[in-house]
Amino acid sequence: MTVLAVSGLSVEFTTEGGTLQALRDVSFEVPERKIVGVVGESGCGKSTLINAILGLLADNGHVSAGEILFEGAQELTTLDPTSMRALRGERISTVFQDPMGALNPVLSVGRQMVNVQYRSGRSKAEKTARAVEMLQKVRIPDAEKAVNRYPHEFSGGMKQRIAIAMALMMEPALLIADEPTTALDATLEVATIELLKELQEEIGCSVLFISHHLGVIAELCDEVIVMYAGEVVERGDVRDIFNDPRHPYAHRLLDCDPARQKGLVRHLPTIPGEIPDLRARPEGCIFRPRCHRAEARCTETPPEIVVSPGHMARCWVAEVPERAEAAR
Amino acid sequence: MTEIVLTVEDVEVTFPTGTLIDGLRGRPRSIKGVAGVSFSVARGETFALVGESGSGKTTLARAINGLQPVSAGHIEFEGKAVEGQDRAGLKAMRRRMSMMFQDPVGSLSPRLNVGQLIAEPFRIHGVEGRDLRGEVVRLLNLVGLSNDFAERYPHQLSGGQARRVGVARSIALDPTLIIADEPTAGLDVSVQGEVLNLLNDLRERLGLSMVIITHNLHVVHHVADRVAVMYLGRFVETGPTGEVFRDPRHPYTAALLSANPEPDPDKAHDRISLPAEVPSLLNRPPGCEFHTRCPWAREDCRTRVPRPEPLGNRMISCHYPLEAGAKPPERTPA
Amino acid sequence: MSEAVSEPPAEVGTFRRTMRRLLREPLGVFGLSLVILVVGAAVFADLLASAEPSRISPRDRFLPPSADHLMGTDQLGRDLFARVLHGGRIALLVAVGSTVVSLLIGIVLGLIAGYGPRWLDNILILVFDALKSFPTVMLALALVTLFGPSLTAVVVVVILVNVPGYARIIRTQTIALKSSEYVTAAQSMGASPARILRVHVLPNVVGPIVILASMDIPVVIAIEAGMSFLGLGVRPPTPSWGAILNDGFANIRESAWIVIAGGVPIILTTLGFTFLGETLRDVFDPRLKGRG
Repeated sequence: MTVLAVSGLSVEFTTEGGTLQALRDVSFEVPERKIVGVVGESGCGKSTLINAILGLLADNGHVSAGEILFEGAQELTTLDPTSMRALRGERISTVFQDPMGALNPVLSVGRQMVNVQYRSGRSKAEKTARAVEMLQKVRIPDAEKAVNRYPHEFSGGMKQRIAIAMALMMEPALLIADEPTTALDATLEVATIELLKELQEEIGCSVLFISHHLGVIAELCDEVIVMYAGEVVERGDVRDIFNDPRHPYAHRLLDCDPARQKGLVRHLPTIPGEIPDLRARPEGCIFRPRCHRAEARCTETPPEIVVSPGHMARCWVAEVPERAEAAR
Repeated sequence: MTEIVLTVEDVEVTFPTGTLIDGLRGRPRSIKGVAGVSFSVARGETFALVGESGSGKTTLARAINGLQPVSAGHIEFEGKAVEGQDRAGLKAMRRRMSMMFQDPVGSLSPRLNVGQLIAEPFRIHGVEGRDLRGEVVRLLNLVGLSNDFAERYPHQLSGGQARRVGVARSIALDPTLIIADEPTAGLDVSVQGEVLNLLNDLRERLGLSMVIITHNLHVVHHVADRVAVMYLGRFVETGPTGEVFRDPRHPYTAALLSANPEPDPDKAHDRISLPAEVPSLLNRPPGCEFHTRCPWAREDCRTRVPRPEPLGNRMISCHYPLEAGAKPPERTPA
Repeated sequence: MSEAVSEPPAEVGTFRRTMRRLLREPLGVFGLSLVILVVGAAVFADLLASAEPSRISPRDRFLPPSADHLMGTDQLGRDLFARVLHGGRIALLVAVGSTVVSLLIGIVLGLIAGYGPRWLDNILILVFDALKSFPTVMLALALVTLFGPSLTAVVVVVILVNVPGYARIIRTQTIALKSSEYVTAAQSMGASPARILRVHVLPNVVGPIVILASMDIPVVIAIEAGMSFLGLGVRPPTPSWGAILNDGFANIRESAWIVIAGGVPIILTTLGFTFLGETLRDVFDPRLKGRG
């Protein structure tokens, strides 16, 4: 079963400089019990995508086309605010980059974790027990005492783990994690993603994991969506994307990760140019102005080419892998 | 003999914390952000300070620039002591030693345009007889920005562009040393390379020395000649970058290196996972300060304080340095 | 890695953008029209009112409005329309003048308190708090007792009342900016404190305070009118709205027109500046909403 199905989603913002198309024709699915990674750089539309799914677009933004189907039943773009609120935090929960966004500084952690369960119909004691249990699961030492402490008494890594515990408290069908490890130190980052994977398997939820960190995506995710300037340029199984990227942007992006440079190089690879102004999108392929493989036909909107089952790239030259072309 | 530009000897930086009452209750009234570090940087050399949050790397950088008073030790830049300089002395020194800050956009004054921002160092130091407009254009081109950027304001720049403006400012007065605090922080992967390449180019062309501060070891791999790994305000391992990467000898360096997830889904991870949290500076562990998290810690690590000892080309603060490719021992629950 | 969907901060916007946003707010348009009307009337007082504001004409006492005297005349037969227009001049001059002077003093003291040494900050804060603790009327009475009623007394009272507030706001913002990366960057380049304050701090703190000050103008007009009404401010026969109101109050049995002539302009000016200031504040800096 598909937990989340986004199809043909476009989102526009009205700004003083004109209409800004933040998302264009975005389609992908989050299957049950899978972790789907969204990778892309600033301005690629990651945050807009999350806000669109959660029904939290800013006042000047609206869904101009497409639909978001949740659990095959609810269409999120047209859902009324009351039902949407009921969904958020219950069936769909979120973890953000800054855990303090989720934690109220003046309430004890336990109190907040009890509050999250207000719809559960459990007794007060059951709720507290559940809070302690969740804290233990995210490896907070001394969980029985920790429920009475306040957010500032925990370190940054612990706060993020508490935020994860709160998000998974109600065993949601979908967890949206927006750069949850970006603010953490490297040694804490790996511990946090390992924990996330463990809990996801235990609860059996799906995760939409947004990150700019390719290593984290490679390690954690089953499927990957590569976004550029508001479009999905490539998606597929994590191995397809990392071992055989077909879209020139995905390929370049992987090359740029310094951790991929094994030998010592004096010149690191980069992607020259800037993302286009989304108020005036270029004709044809969105990546054409920066693409080293651009051809004449790239001035026309590229088709979505199926490289192999489940592996799609929105590019005219996607059928020929870059390395093969270079060898010719 | 290479010329030494910067020497740091046993430098300590303390911050006051707590009240008189804390002092009476036996709690420390100050914490050591930097707890005795020594290194030197030669002309044309790039030295990297690597550490996680709270390791004291930024504090050390500020101390070198004289923005933060040192409580003990000695810092010498181009043969002159940094500590104890008066305002005029510091000003003269800062002309030869520039600093780049973490936030590419936030370190640019929001109401000045790029042209004014780049001209700022010239105005501060009253550099006469130069055509300011010409200098701005020269510097913009040097960092790869077109002339029309001079009219833009910081909020109209992307992170990478703002970082380039920061680089232009820092090289404006032909300094000998650049201290770059997280030069790639907040930048996209595809832009990080650009900035590092630019710094590399400039170093070669202008013969600069650099101190790069970062939490990401992989960032310095291709840029730094030597690297120092900091933990709780001390150096645990110092050595040539290539060597440190190939076989880290201090357990913390090894953990830090293995902590970066690789962009390869099939990579088997022999990860050295560090248990527990970073200890608080208010409550430094006895013995080796890393023993609370070290998978290799032995009994005497809890009591005996390791001193930095030379080991080949490196300095290591560890009683039992790792052999190449060491795997963490099976953990027995304490 | 945040998205670049939001617009640039309005503070950096151009004059035209500000005007466009201002004109989108009905309250702002109303406020702006009133202010233009009042300022225009004061500036062109000589052209608009042909009569001499202080010329006494005993035969024309307590006349109702007519073509000759648009607002009628007072107990000495002086033309009220001319007195109101010229009184407006005084009111605006006092209000704008003393506000500008308090702004300048407040900004300088605030920057010094925020950026200077700790002991200086403590002394300045003590002075500000001491001044703030006096009720305005008591302060005014004390000053007038010492120096006698005059226009200068009004100005001094306004400055003493306004400076502590402005200085405190500037101080708070300066302290916040002191640790910002761009100020640290300027320090690391060797910039002097004076240069840092002038180039990097002042331009970033001055916007909100100017808007707050523009909202204080009606308060100042009320202080001037109030003091003149009590006979502590402008000396007769110089026209002042407060004095006109006082005249009307004394002669309310003879004619109601005098009170109306003195009161309506005060109400209109106060409303105009308040609406304009509030809209400007919202346009420039939504964070300040609900303050002042």
